[in-house]
Amino acid sequence: MSYVGIVLVSHSVDLVRGLQEILSQVQPQVPVAIAGGTDDGELGTSPFKIKEAIEFANSGKGVIVLFDLGSSLMNAEIALDWLGENERVKIADAPLVEGAYAAVVESGCGSSLDQVLHVAQKVKTWQKIS
Amino acid sequence: MTLDGTKFVNWIRRANRRIQENKDYLSELDRAIGDGDHGINMARGFAEAAQRLTGSADQDLGALCQQVAMALLSKVGGASGPLFGTAFLKMAGVWKGKDHASVHELSLALREAVNGIKMRGKAELGDKTMVDVWEPVSRFVAEKAEHLSWRELCVFAEEQMDKTKPLQAKKGRAAYLGPRSSGHLDPGAVSSFFLFEALCETMEESGGDR
Repeated sequence: MSYVGIVLVSHSVDLVRGLQEILSQVQPQVPVAIAGGTDDGELGTSPFKIKEAIEFANSGKGVIVLFDLGSSLMNAEIALDWLGENERVKIADAPLVEGAYAAVVESGCGSSLDQVLHVAQKVKTWQKIS
Repeated sequence: MTLDGTKFVNWIRRANRRIQENKDYLSELDRAIGDGDHGINMARGFAEAAQRLTGSADQDLGALCQQVAMALLSKVGGASGPLFGTAFLKMAGVWKGKDHASVHELSLALREAVNGIKMRGKAELGDKTMVDVWEPVSRFVAEKAEHLSWRELCVFAEEQMDKTKPLQAKKGRAAYLGPRSSGHLDPGAVSSFFLFEALCETMEESGGDR
């Protein structure tokens, strides 16, 4: 069985490494790849790293990309332009931590790309303290 | 008045020197309304771009722009990487296979670059971004056409940069500051001015002014 892959994009490699660890504890079977920091390991993002991470995480069922701040989105979009298969890769408009958590749980249930995207984006409306 | 491969390389090398000299200034501007790394990021990107061009025997303006774009995309890291990278990628598309560009062809490349920057950053004129320099500069070059004076263009670009000071930021990290972003120059507008200033000086130096 293959799962929708998850790619975590952040200015900081440490940030996404920690998040990846949390996610793999929940659903170890779901491919989660990270693209954190620049090509030189500085704070920032890299379209080259993001493209590689997407290719790594895609087991045929598509990939959801989650990102931290504005400029990561621009580099994710460049990576998608290069891959030229936008319909199999979706960038989620969602908070990175909660969105990734929701996405990995949904993916682990065998859901489709659109379902995983929907669930990841829905967390925007959640109240963290009720 | 035409830009060729040699002048293009000189332009980027001059822009690199200007950015290296002003690295701390650009970061200082960014510390006021952003994350404080604009100078470091741009210095890293343009150093790489200048270095790649120095070793290149290419005269094709499209290929040269492509090299600059790839250097910026891989080295800059911050928001300016994808934005300046996209600008040079779009220019590469217009100049592909050309070993020289007239002022008209420069205006076509700049127009595509502006469209690319706006598409990538989803910014409009007046949002306190690099668009506030690029878009008016692009229009100025198109309107003046063969009557363009590089010295006038340089002054004009600087004026556009200065106009970002009172604006309130609508994009990027500066937008988190809301009204507190007013009263500061936009760092991307300043580095964009350096890029155009370097272009004007390079063209003037080669006897292109009139």
